Amino acid sequence: MWKIIHKFGSPPWFFRFATKAVQWLLPLMLIALAVGCVWGLLYAPPDFRQGNSYRIIFIHVPAAVVALAGYYVMAFAGLVSLVWKIKMADVAMRAVAPVGAALTFVALVTGAIWGKPTWGAWWVWDARITSMLILLFLYVGVVALFEAYENPEVAAKACAVLSLVGTVNIPIIYKSVDWWYSLHQPASIKFTGESAIDASMLYPLLVNIGAFYLLFAVVVMMNMRATLLETHTNAAWLREAVD
Amino acid sequence: MRPDSLGFCRQLFVRHLRCGVRRVEEVFNSLVFFLMVVTLFPLGIGPDSNTLRELSPGIFWVVALLSALSVSGRLFSADFEDGSLEQLAVSGHPLGLCAMAEVLAHWVLSGLTLVVAAPVFALMLNMVPAAIPTLMLSLVLGTLCLSLLGGIGAALTVGVRRGALLLSLVMIPLTVPVLIFGTSAVGEAAIGYDPSRWIALMGAFAAMGLLLAPLAIGAGLRISLEQ
Repeated sequence: MWKIIHKFGSPPWFFRFATKAVQWLLPLMLIALAVGCVWGLLYAPPDFRQGNSYRIIFIHVPAAVVALAGYYVMAFAGLVSLVWKIKMADVAMRAVAPVGAALTFVALVTGAIWGKPTWGAWWVWDARITSMLILLFLYVGVVALFEAYENPEVAAKACAVLSLVGTVNIPIIYKSVDWWYSLHQPASIKFTGESAIDASMLYPLLVNIGAFYLLFAVVVMMNMRATLLETHTNAAWLREAVD
Repeated sequence: MRPDSLGFCRQLFVRHLRCGVRRVEEVFNSLVFFLMVVTLFPLGIGPDSNTLRELSPGIFWVVALLSALSVSGRLFSADFEDGSLEQLAVSGHPLGLCAMAEVLAHWVLSGLTLVVAAPVFALMLNMVPAAIPTLMLSLVLGTLCLSLLGGIGAALTVGVRRGALLLSLVMIPLTVPVLIFGTSAVGEAAIGYDPSRWIALMGAFAAMGLLLAPLAIGAGLRISLEQ
């Protein structure tokens, strides 16, 4: 067990591992994404009330799920880096932040596109939308803090502290935004049928959620490889691995 | 942690408070800033007293939040530049606790002065008079929460050039619960409801902040000193 953890902390081992893993996971992800999208966008039945416009949830929901999970991945990497001082955790944290921000952004944009025909407005101050927007701000804050430091090692530690503070705060933010929304209940806007989703729609959705997790893993590993290429340019093991 | 650490921190707190009182113009400046921004709102949205009354809790809290974050940017910078922060870091006293002395002194000076001045600003915004005691109580707790969060942000950005804007960027999303609890408390008091649940939530947030902020501030300052 410890051996595996130690291996993950070693840049040469991780570089080779990530190269292999991306080779395998990338095709798997493309297949899953293709299956999920074709199934969800073409074969799943149209919604009783929303017709075909609901189909954007096959992109929207996976992006939102993985974006939220990504913050916790980042915070966990930050904890590992602060407690055990493993450099690879720094690299992981740095790699996750922009991917998480991008997925949050995708979730917001697809939400807006879905909102236009459904609610008649591009932007509604709904509890979930607002929470996602704040999540985007949290990611942007981490990225901005990282960019502000000149020394990437110090930057990673500062971002680790920030993401841990964010982790403590996220449940409070979500709950308070929920209360804020229920306090100012405007009209009768509600998410329809998400809790009671039919199996014919659920399965393609689950496939796509899996595909997005794979996408997240692949992009993060590619990002980490790029960072290693940048920071260990002259290392002998890197030349060997690349050749 | 040394046996005399608490006494030492108390001395630090008194020293910071005394320094702050002698530079009273800084406190005064932040109040003038508050007054000016409050003035911008009627100019921006029109002088209609009913609109202002309805918007006043939100306006008040947004301005309080921004002014709290803008002043906490300078929280540790003087100590960082003249090296006394490094002295504290090697003193053997817990750095987080020493920094809390500074954060709390800052809160007493900037936060509590705002509480005292709040009724004047509230009346300017045509707030319902019955909501003013709630406003003051929520500000006591809310400015404490904001000072603690601002302290975390200041600790993380003190070594960075042009850290002031960065601090706001990093901390604003984390202050959302304070804003919601504060505006909800004042808004409900204004229409005659009992706002105690929001005050209780804010108190819980402040208590958690007092417990965890020293850890984060201490870690943040050590990271800033490292570079």
